[in-house]
Amino acid sequence: MAIVDTAPPVTAAPAPAGTGYWSGVLSRMLRDPLTLVCLSVVLALVLSAIFAPWLGLADPFKGSMIQRLKPIGTPGHILGTDEQGRDMLARLVYGGRLTLFIGLMPVVLAFFIGGFLGIVAGYVGGLLNTLIMRTVDVFFAFPSVLLAIAISGALGAGIVNSLVSLTIVFIPPITRIAEAVTSGVRALDYIEAARASGAGTLTVIRVHVIGNVLSPIFVYATSLTSVCMILAAGLSFLGIGVRPPEPEWGLMLNTLRSAIYVNPWVSALPGLLIFVTSLCLNLLSDGVRSAMNVRD
Amino acid sequence: MSVIDATVLPGPEAPIDKGGPNQPLLIVKDLKKHFPVRGGILGRNKVMVQAVDGVSFSVRKGETLGIVGESGCGKSTTARLIVGLIEKDAGEIIYDGEGLGDVLSLRDLRRGVQMVFQDSYASLNPRLTIEDSIAFGASVQGLSDPLGRAHSLMARVGLDPARFAQRYPHEISGGQRQRINIARALAMSPRLVVLDEAVSALDKSVEAQVLNLLADLRAELGLTYIFISHDLNVVRYISDRVLVMYLGEVVEVAPVDAIWARQAHPYSGSLFSAMPSMDPDTRTKKPPLTGDPPNPINPPSGCRFHTRCRYAEAVCKTRVPALQPIAAAPDHLAACHLHDLSSGHEKAGKEGLL
Amino acid sequence: MKESLVDIQNLDVRFTGARTVHAINDLTLNLGQGETLALLGESGSGKSVTLKTLLRLLPPKRTEIGGKIQVNGTDVLTLSGKALQQYRGAEVSMVFQEPALALDPVYSVGAQIAEAVRRHKGISRDEAMSTALDMLRRVRIPSPERRLRNFPHELSGGMLQRVMIALALACRPRLLLADEPTTALDATVQIQILLLLRELQREFGMGVIFVTHDIGVAVEVSERIAVMYAGQIVEEGTTQEVIKDPRHPYTRGLMAANLHGVARGERLNAIPGAPPSLETRPAACSFAPRCPLAEDACRATLPPVHVPSPRRRIACIHANAPVSAE
Repeated sequence: MAIVDTAPPVTAAPAPAGTGYWSGVLSRMLRDPLTLVCLSVVLALVLSAIFAPWLGLADPFKGSMIQRLKPIGTPGHILGTDEQGRDMLARLVYGGRLTLFIGLMPVVLAFFIGGFLGIVAGYVGGLLNTLIMRTVDVFFAFPSVLLAIAISGALGAGIVNSLVSLTIVFIPPITRIAEAVTSGVRALDYIEAARASGAGTLTVIRVHVIGNVLSPIFVYATSLTSVCMILAAGLSFLGIGVRPPEPEWGLMLNTLRSAIYVNPWVSALPGLLIFVTSLCLNLLSDGVRSAMNVRD
Repeated sequence: MSVIDATVLPGPEAPIDKGGPNQPLLIVKDLKKHFPVRGGILGRNKVMVQAVDGVSFSVRKGETLGIVGESGCGKSTTARLIVGLIEKDAGEIIYDGEGLGDVLSLRDLRRGVQMVFQDSYASLNPRLTIEDSIAFGASVQGLSDPLGRAHSLMARVGLDPARFAQRYPHEISGGQRQRINIARALAMSPRLVVLDEAVSALDKSVEAQVLNLLADLRAELGLTYIFISHDLNVVRYISDRVLVMYLGEVVEVAPVDAIWARQAHPYSGSLFSAMPSMDPDTRTKKPPLTGDPPNPINPPSGCRFHTRCRYAEAVCKTRVPALQPIAAAPDHLAACHLHDLSSGHEKAGKEGLL
Repeated sequence: MKESLVDIQNLDVRFTGARTVHAINDLTLNLGQGETLALLGESGSGKSVTLKTLLRLLPPKRTEIGGKIQVNGTDVLTLSGKALQQYRGAEVSMVFQEPALALDPVYSVGAQIAEAVRRHKGISRDEAMSTALDMLRRVRIPSPERRLRNFPHELSGGMLQRVMIALALACRPRLLLADEPTTALDATVQIQILLLLRELQREFGMGVIFVTHDIGVAVEVSERIAVMYAGQIVEEGTTQEVIKDPRHPYTRGLMAANLHGVARGERLNAIPGAPPSLETRPAACSFAPRCPLAEDACRATLPPVHVPSPRRRIACIHANAPVSAE
């Protein structure tokens, strides 16, 4: 066959015994400069969010009527202040905590729930598959933004409700991918061979299916994080997500909107952060995907 | 790990012969499997592919039965039915005197019957090391020391466990992978191994190595093989008896030398003369058949081969020929009206035709 | 020898990238007008790469090509743009292993053949259609008028391969490249296609390079055989010479592995080991690690090429030794 011929023949000699899969992924990822840059940006944001209280920042809730809407570079307020005179740097760093949390958590939850549903539907097939997949299709009928707004609107504003609605939004796409990948793997001979050796369904799923479907599902889920962040910020922007005075990038963008003619640069900062973070998450997930491609 | 006992397998877990030496290891009676194919709007009009339609044969202990036929003839479906990977629609599978479903459970059948697939890469889990792949079945079946078994089997199929045990499937060559697949099938000490085109994807030089290995294993472990292949030369080399299938049915069964000397069914004859010649001075002049095999969705009536058979007469379109011994030899069976004097076929019983 | 059609001189093909592969190493090959040559070898031997190089189908960014290729007097390696397009299809065309993948599923087979003819010959649509019909007739497709309007998925594997051949021959190329065209077919269909190719070759008088791993197939179609191993030709000659008097140990091993005439249960004389990975350019005989006759000299330098008669060559130290019984 033509394709086989161009590929080098596999030989026994090279490849030291037992190089783990994940160490290979890591070393491939570290050789990709763009992924590396994005990884460090995301890491910096996450770390600064986690360690915000220990960074010696100003109080993000303490305002001052005379210090309102100071421009970038004001002494004591490097990134200026917002419409209530609160320190922008502190609010952005603290805001990262909430934004990243409700931007990433729904994808993590949806990864487990959707992954489970998809693997079960894909492996078991038949009626169960129809049941799960058609239910998922119902949610698919709505654009994700509308669905998130509708659920949040129905549940009311608040962090937990935002989490719930965004998780529901991301379960269907992950389920669908998990189902497709699993039914592909299920048709492979090694699953047949495992079944022929007398293994039960759960054992086959645990040993042979999960390991082989997890990474494509994971890669797909990482590509959803940027969308999720934007959606979470969007919900807060619309006033059906996080409630003031909590710092959150989407909410800050909304409240600073009125100040755009007074101090455009400060008003643009939360938006800029949303943009940079989601871009980096997206590029990072691309990098992870190509690093996870085993056979190259 | 360098000193390995080559004769590992028989031990407390060695299979017990229940039926005695004269009981065929496997009897298949009137096996049927029809797959639905969706057609029409919304998949309402179900069409059935008659993948396997009334197949019967038996495999004696220690023999190798070769199954040959073209794509769509049902040989792979038959293999999967025997191993219990797909459920039969009708018919019986009797393993060492015990019928599957009544005395014998599927789990017990899988202890005794294992399978090696064609695609050596697809049949190994890419995320498991080789030793784990081999040990998996043994640990599922609750056999003692699965990893130890895996290592001695690796040594037995010619791969040094010290070098290969920790490797992944993509790190070794196709021939080595197929050795691993054989070891994996043997890990449960089966008595019957179904080899479904197991050497077809290998390069010729590697294929010969694997065939030698299969012959050695059969002799040492007293295995019985069902060897499915489209390569008649390979089938002749390894088989004791040959079964020819066409569109889901058995058309001929015979000892290998008998069928090589004389093919009693016109289809077998065509299949054999379609083999490329190995002598440049006697190249094939005329193809034995024209056209492709018909679609198994709507197989022809009567004898399924009548649409391509040069001896076909009216009776062939209406009556299904039975698989029965031909006049000369009791162990040479063919399903053709030409061998049945009472069939009404004009040329029935005439010598020299087949 | 007849007038030369293909003249490959010292061809080197190297794939660069994450891993370097020396796919073709110093390959020299000659094909006369109207000759049929089988390139026989296993996977990784470089037989398909040779074909692709002839059609300039390899990705230019990751491939380094050295040497010279002339087809019908044209320097193939310097072609580009329009000239390359004209060369592909009109001068040389190819038949692939999987016709179902090589044909476009959304056009009828007649339209595809007609389109190819129009592109190269610049004739009217009706004329092109009648050429297509004529081609289907020539590849012995029953009721060609009806088949003309069929789509690829409506045809069986054997029919598709006939259509593929019709498409390849529609512009009357001087050279037909066939890449394992019968490997995916059933036995009774394979022999039909092989005989068809043999007849068409005689009818059209074109040169054919037929890549295969199956000796039997090579015997059925070709008048000459070149055996490839590790990107080199290890033995070449007429089909009679190579089959009846194989001199290279690899060729002999292949013949034995074909199991033709081996007694049942007899131990096979298998070639041990696996082909080399070609990460470095071979500096000695590539077959030496697997060869039963290998000596120190085989492992030290490239083997000498023996030319016992014109157009017969064997790249082996032992080529002159009488065939041993082993």
